[in-house]
Amino acid sequence: MNTRIKNLREQSLNAVPRISAERALLVTEFYKSDFSQKLSVPLRRGYSFKHIMEHKSICINPGELIVGERGPEPKSVPTYPEVSLHSLKDLDTLDSRPKVWFKVDNETKKAYEEIVIPYWKGKSNRDKIFSQLDESWIDAYEAGVFTEFQEQRAPGHTVLGKKLFEKGFLDLKVEIKEAIAKLDFHQDSQALQKREQLKAMDVSCDAIIGYAERHAEALEILAQNEQDEDRKIELSTMASICRKVPAHAPQNFHEALQHYWFIHIGVITEVNPWDSFNPGRLDQHLYPFYTKEIAEGRLTEEEAKELLQSFWIKFNNHPAPPKIGVTAKESSTYTDFALINLGGVREDGSDAVNELTFVILDVIEDMRLLQPSSMIQVSKKNPDRFIKRTARILKTGFGQPSIFNTDAIIQELINQGKSLEDARNGGASGCVETGAFGTESYILTGYFNLVKIFEITLNNGTDPMTGKEIGIETGKLNDFNGFSDVLEAFQKQLQYFADIKIKGSNIIDHIIAQNIPVPFLSLLIDDCIANGSDYNSGGARYNTSYIQGVGLGSLTDIMTAIKYQVFDQKNISLEALISATHQNFENQTTLRHQLINDTPKYGNDDDYADEQARSIFNIFYQAVNGRPNIKGGHYRINMLPTTSHVYFGSVTGATADGRLARKPLSEGISPFQGADRKGPSAVIKSAAKIDHLKTGGTLLNQKFTPALLEDEKGLDALVHLVRAYFRMDGHHIQFNVVTADQLREAQQHPEEHKDLIVRVAGYSDYFNDLGEALQNEIIRRSEHVDF
Amino acid sequence: MQGIIFDIKHYAIHDGPGIRQTIFFKGCPLGCWWCHNPESRSPEIFSYQKEEKLDQLKIQSRETIGRQYSVPELMTEVLKDQVLFEESGGGVTISGGEPLMQFDFLMDFLKACKNQDIHSCLDTTALTDTSRMQQIIPWVDLFLIDVKQVDDQKHTKYTGVSNEKILENIRMLDQNDQDIWFRYPLIPGMNDDEADLLRMMAFLKSLKKQHPISILPYHKIGSQKYDRFGIDYKMDGIEEPTEKKLSQTQQYFENAGFEVKIGG
Repeated sequence: MNTRIKNLREQSLNAVPRISAERALLVTEFYKSDFSQKLSVPLRRGYSFKHIMEHKSICINPGELIVGERGPEPKSVPTYPEVSLHSLKDLDTLDSRPKVWFKVDNETKKAYEEIVIPYWKGKSNRDKIFSQLDESWIDAYEAGVFTEFQEQRAPGHTVLGKKLFEKGFLDLKVEIKEAIAKLDFHQDSQALQKREQLKAMDVSCDAIIGYAERHAEALEILAQNEQDEDRKIELSTMASICRKVPAHAPQNFHEALQHYWFIHIGVITEVNPWDSFNPGRLDQHLYPFYTKEIAEGRLTEEEAKELLQSFWIKFNNHPAPPKIGVTAKESSTYTDFALINLGGVREDGSDAVNELTFVILDVIEDMRLLQPSSMIQVSKKNPDRFIKRTARILKTGFGQPSIFNTDAIIQELINQGKSLEDARNGGASGCVETGAFGTESYILTGYFNLVKIFEITLNNGTDPMTGKEIGIETGKLNDFNGFSDVLEAFQKQLQYFADIKIKGSNIIDHIIAQNIPVPFLSLLIDDCIANGSDYNSGGARYNTSYIQGVGLGSLTDIMTAIKYQVFDQKNISLEALISATHQNFENQTTLRHQLINDTPKYGNDDDYADEQARSIFNIFYQAVNGRPNIKGGHYRINMLPTTSHVYFGSVTGATADGRLARKPLSEGISPFQGADRKGPSAVIKSAAKIDHLKTGGTLLNQKFTPALLEDEKGLDALVHLVRAYFRMDGHHIQFNVVTADQLREAQQHPEEHKDLIVRVAGYSDYFNDLGEALQNEIIRRSEHVDF
Repeated sequence: MQGIIFDIKHYAIHDGPGIRQTIFFKGCPLGCWWCHNPESRSPEIFSYQKEEKLDQLKIQSRETIGRQYSVPELMTEVLKDQVLFEESGGGVTISGGEPLMQFDFLMDFLKACKNQDIHSCLDTTALTDTSRMQQIIPWVDLFLIDVKQVDDQKHTKYTGVSNEKILENIRMLDQNDQDIWFRYPLIPGMNDDEADLLRMMAFLKSLKKQHPISILPYHKIGSQKYDRFGIDYKMDGIEEPTEKKLSQTQQYFENAGFEVKIGG
């Protein structure tokens, strides 16, 4: 890492997350204007985006090679009052909370008090959503049965395909013109709406081109005044790049990175989409530029690395927009889930790993930054050395990259109806979510608390934490004559809550489609232009809505305990067992010990327990999969938690697996923390017993001690473990290589371990930034030692 | 027929090639001072009072050491890891205790493994009748054998038995072109002085083939078990060997042309 990169990296690490009112003021100013009143909703969105891009401040950091900041400076985060309006109290909370805080200065508060809040109160998308949802939805939401992704943030959850590495926005303007010309006002009842939508997309092209030109102007001025001759040349080069991209298609490596970065800023400025944005298959997109310039002698590997490092820093400068309330609990992190994909297969199915893949892996290891997240896609066609190179990074205890099964991802996508080529161009984004890059809108709608639903089942429709009847009556405990009766009751209860969740999501999607179309994002994802339809209205080629199941490991252990202790061994009655959970096992330590230590558990390759995982999975799958959403696509399931397993645990009482009230649940499809006692091979065997190919992603977290990766043999074994899991269709596995002692030490002396990054669930985070419950949970996650 | 197994370890990465499942047979004719599995010595199943903590409360339970398995039961356990064996070129490692003490069960089990094309390693002290060792040859893919001490007096002192039969069996396996990985447990003061090494070198060089050697440095990890099972621990005051000592020893054998690594 050279001095320039070191300085930029330091700047990024030391930058203080703060709220900027700039965007909120600009969008308010525009919405208030007379011009805005005359516009259709799509055009109002298009022109408000243009207004922001024309007036937001330009930031060029000293020494940087890639330019463009969402806020006025690194880690200065705008707000999106049209999506979700922060109250003054929210701003105080953000400013003062101990974790994932954002500094809010008085000027910002004043701007909110005097301008932003008075205009947006009652008008934000969030307000509209909550005014339309049923009481049953509100009850379930408040009880922690599920969360809702779209209440504070706009849908996004998509990834750029290769198109924009081959085209500029002037090319898109031509496509828009052609699409408008093709509109049939005689036959197509939607023609006018389509024309408005396409015009809004056209305005958005101008907005991003203008934004790049503003950077060009700023860079030209900087170049004129620059004393250092080398930097002067650099600034001039950067200025001419900004004159060219993103209006035109990029022609070289540097242009390609700058081109993408403008697009990234565009997407995350237009709205605050979940999962920011993502260049996707970076080693594939950049490879043509890389090989061409290397062959012509115009670029060296070192120069390419420096540019990539600059690019990495740009991601790290952009924390996730501020979240509050339940949304902050389910995703308590600064990470904004831009997940760089490496490897996998090409569109023709051949091995996609190339020399640039390894260059980027070097960059990931050198930069050691929280953002962007990174992953490798492993196909059976990729070489072992690709995984082994990754294992060497994992060995350093950084928690990245995570490892995905390309062959499974392709089958998942085909199972959902994508073409083979679109599937091969896909990958995983966010934490572990499967998607067809460049062609799909795949929205996470919210986490779904499987354990809570079972708790409500055992209480015949009542939430024992509040005493409120929020479910349906599915039978009292003494009505259950066998374990299958319990399962059947759970199935009915889950169906009830899945119906509520899906109805709610359909309502929310309608409101979003009406209020916050995203013409800029629509430019990027096929076939929004061809269809003349917005990304949020089903314009994409594929439209998927995911519901993310949480607590599979916990619920498997809970059900197994009931089946084993109550119905098979007859050690205790169901009433006595559930009564003990209601008393949080007070004075029942022996029972609790028996439930923890003498009961089969998921994660040990024990069919007795794993059978329940399969049942739960199938019940959840049947309730959700294939149901239509309002965008012409379908609901699907995946299994991941971000940090919701901690939140969901906090609203759930003690459980029959011996877990105490309000403690975290298991995450993803991982075994409950400490329940897996037979090592990693047993874990992958258990995890592979559910049918991953029916999902849009599953998350398996595996903690390793450094000792297991000490020598070549350990690294090879990790490669083989991954291959074995993927041969069984496992979707994803990630490794945390750190000892429990190191983590305890970091908990005691956070000031000495500011740089400690750990794997949480589908992403990495600074250990210090995690809440205490999550820190403890990570420490407890079973640590596999070489016994 | 039933065998007595005291532990099964999955994802064993230092007990032979690839990822292995290591099955520990109970019962051992040796009594090595440094043994880290003292509970494996007696051939019988036994239980002891175990104390665990939960919520600051002490919970008493009985923990049983050793469990009876039939060959089909054991194969069910083995086959759980088949996908890992296949991906890694691994297989089963039979360890102990001394597996050859349960000879008939061992033979049946090895045949069952062979029948399923599962690679087998036999981790043995080599203390057995030579005729038994000969019988087992067709069913074992790789022998892992300790060379603890070539001097018989010292061997007898620290392990409780003469090494005559052991060395004879090693020679026999070598003569029959068997694949062997030697394991030299380096125990400071007991088998690591210059004379010990010279004798060991002479023995290893006298064999037909130069088999690879793993140096297994003494570690104190097993000492807690002695307390737990009330067995007399004779290793107090013995320190783990230094890195320097280990690399010198590695060098010593490497200079003579052996393939040597530290650790399993």
